Amino acid sequence: MELDGKVPSGPVQDKWDKYKIDGLKLVNPANKRKYKAIVVGTGLAGASAAASLGELGYNVEAFCYQESPRRAHSIGAQGGINAAKNYQNDGDSIYRLFYDTIKGGDFRAREANVYRLAQLSTAIIDLCVAQGIPFTREYGGLLANRSFGGTQVSRTFYSRGQTGQQLLLGAYQAMMAQVQAGRVTVRGRREMVDLVLVDGEAKGVIMRNLRTGELESYAADAVILASGGYSTVFNLSTNAVGSNVGAAMRAYRKGAYFSNPCYTQIHPTCIPFSGSHQSKLTLMSESLRNDGRVWVPRQKGDTRHPSQIPEQERDYYLERKYPSFGNLSPRDISSRAAKEVCDEGRGVGDTGYAVYLDFEDAFNRLGSEIMDERYGNLFEIYQQITGEDVHEQMRMRIYPAPHYTMGGLWVDYNLQSNVPGLFVLGEANFSDHGANRLGASALMQGLADGYFIIPYTIGNYFARTNPGQVDTDRSEFAQCREEVERRNKELMAIQGNKTAHELRIELGDVMLDNVGMSRSRESLQTALKEIARVRDEFWNNLKVPGTDKALNQELEQAWRLAESLDFAEVMAHDALNREESCGCHFRVEYQTEDGEALRNDREYAYVSAWEFKGVGREPVMHKEPLEFEEVSPSTRSYK
Amino acid sequence: MEFLLRVWRQAGPDAPGGFEEYRARDVKEDMSILEMLDQVNQDLVKEGRDPIVFESDCREGICGVCGLVIEGVPHGEPKKTTTCELRMRHFREGQTITIEPFRAGALPIIKDLMVDRTALDQLIQSGGYVSSRTGSSPEANTIPVAKQDQEEAMDAAECIGCGACVAACPNASAMLFTGAKVSHLAKLPQGRPEAARRVTAMTGRMQELGFGNCSNHYECQAVCPKDIHVKFISRMNREFIKALFKKKN
Repeated sequence: MELDGKVPSGPVQDKWDKYKIDGLKLVNPANKRKYKAIVVGTGLAGASAAASLGELGYNVEAFCYQESPRRAHSIGAQGGINAAKNYQNDGDSIYRLFYDTIKGGDFRAREANVYRLAQLSTAIIDLCVAQGIPFTREYGGLLANRSFGGTQVSRTFYSRGQTGQQLLLGAYQAMMAQVQAGRVTVRGRREMVDLVLVDGEAKGVIMRNLRTGELESYAADAVILASGGYSTVFNLSTNAVGSNVGAAMRAYRKGAYFSNPCYTQIHPTCIPFSGSHQSKLTLMSESLRNDGRVWVPRQKGDTRHPSQIPEQERDYYLERKYPSFGNLSPRDISSRAAKEVCDEGRGVGDTGYAVYLDFEDAFNRLGSEIMDERYGNLFEIYQQITGEDVHEQMRMRIYPAPHYTMGGLWVDYNLQSNVPGLFVLGEANFSDHGANRLGASALMQGLADGYFIIPYTIGNYFARTNPGQVDTDRSEFAQCREEVERRNKELMAIQGNKTAHELRIELGDVMLDNVGMSRSRESLQTALKEIARVRDEFWNNLKVPGTDKALNQELEQAWRLAESLDFAEVMAHDALNREESCGCHFRVEYQTEDGEALRNDREYAYVSAWEFKGVGREPVMHKEPLEFEEVSPSTRSYK
Repeated sequence: MEFLLRVWRQAGPDAPGGFEEYRARDVKEDMSILEMLDQVNQDLVKEGRDPIVFESDCREGICGVCGLVIEGVPHGEPKKTTTCELRMRHFREGQTITIEPFRAGALPIIKDLMVDRTALDQLIQSGGYVSSRTGSSPEANTIPVAKQDQEEAMDAAECIGCGACVAACPNASAMLFTGAKVSHLAKLPQGRPEAARRVTAMTGRMQELGFGNCSNHYECQAVCPKDIHVKFISRMNREFIKALFKKKN
């Protein structure tokens, strides 16, 4: 079946504006208060959606697994947020941001969505400044910008190294203002354990109250999922330890299609892995690449202290291979290049899986004060973790780590999934980044979806439905609760010998080794076998202590892992199906002579959308063909 | 490395609590204290015992959920560190380490080391925002903001809302948390229109929620993982007095 993305007709520049006038119905202000939306997840996308829907007068019930919405993992984003303001007079424009994003995504994103994102980018900055977000400024009092990987203009706005924190707190505060106004209710410590469909439309959710263990039913006129990505399927990522794909998987089980799950981004600049005790990897914002130079020794096994290695014996491999973008090459290219030199045996540090990010030139050029202003907090984080002071060493050791996932639930131009009434925002959907996301674009997308798109498109859905048709007394809710209850009982009854933590690492290693930075037909087939093996072990040898009717952190982990295991399989199927290399999806069979990704537009210029057919049964793939009206897909070159 | 842990265990909000001892073996000096607790918990689960409940999420010092009192100090020594960032290399081999939850009337214990910090959300809800509706913002560069004002606002805005300031204060005051938000927004032109209303509402709510007042111990700044300065408490007091005069007019 071919999916219809419902992209409006007309020139790409006019689509959104025209669609708002003749494509989208409005809800009368007096009627808005009769409608209610559920928002699952309170990161940038969820909190901004809850805030703006509350401002419009809708009722919103927002949920998060964390104790407070302010703890959502958007808070971890460091580098910045893009916007086509052209404040630097360096040739930026909406069209350029659009083109950079489409190209950065290796021509695997829906053109109309990306153009809309670029258009909305400027309004996001206006709103954030009005909310009191302390973006870094120049001495004249105007907003500062910095450059980021994959672009040749400076369009990134930032708040020191904590841009995600400041934007999230802005959205959280806007949402809390609506809580005060009585239009939004926030319920923390709730995990979405099922999506409730009534007559085929999303009308509610089942939540597990993590504090009491009770299952709770909530009904609404529509459900918005903004539950983030799935990087935690890998062993060690930059995501929070609680981040998980559970909510999206519950929707997938209920018929929502999962798109492009094989597109996962490995971030090039993280603090390297140090031992099996580690619970996560810490990202060092790639803004560091503005002033840092990446290198490894020319000789294999060169164990000299880096300061003893003379200039001519260093290989600045990014500058060598990609002279025009150099250290600012896109994330996928930089990550793969790091893996390549380490696989060759030229990596540094204890494990041999690290490269240097060198600031010696930058310190000499700019001095400590300016360097600290730009990167002070990153230097502190680095010192805390490794015990090394960058001011003395003049360099860091870095290595790529799983970070962001471009795939997600399939949505149309309205951000509605194929299940009517189910909208998906932010990292949880697949829509804007294609096969690779550019730096500082995740924050932009999360906020565009939540502040500026969903308020229009959900209204269009509401305008066609009568409010308040469903309450939690309906049998559909009882059925879902029973199903969840049964699954919990099953998990509790196994009483085997392995903890969820151990099994999570087993799955994570399988994924990292076989479905990670590079993949092959063989590795993916191995992955499918291994996933099935770990799942089998999980359902036969898992140990969860305590009871499901109380606070039980082990059960929470087990539940999330059960979802991850089923998800991992879809991801491997998708990677196996896509017999080309594009963006972050690198199939070793499909590469050019110089080892670059070899795309196949004739056969694979489509979005995959997987339909659930039962656990252990192969999912069925549907396609949405990608049509390029505005740009013609070219070979990405950063040389 | 090896340590003896004395950990506070408490089954529920109203249950009596007490210390229990655990041995932590095979501890690496690069481990964070939470990774050590993860390891202890794995052993407890395997032995069929109840694992220690504690909270964490980002594990990189920004989400603010992981506060524990370590050896009597919220987030432990050294300074400017959250619990999740605290590495075992800062402890002595064989040392006994006492681990407790944050303690304050307004932050009740849920279980073991997990506390309820929704009072901090309620403080923000009472006025910790700029009422700026989506869609009605002026162009971002319309109002220039002096760099030093923006920097000072950012110094305050870096608060991660962990509640260590409350836990460290002999009065269980939330003045540093509230002062940071009041100052962040008061320092920027966008926050001025509501400055008086904000400080009045937030300080009023602080009292209702059972937080104490500031009596200048400055323990809050000493334990703050983001080094939020007590000058923001003074600024809040100034804003509060200004607001009083405004009301009289």
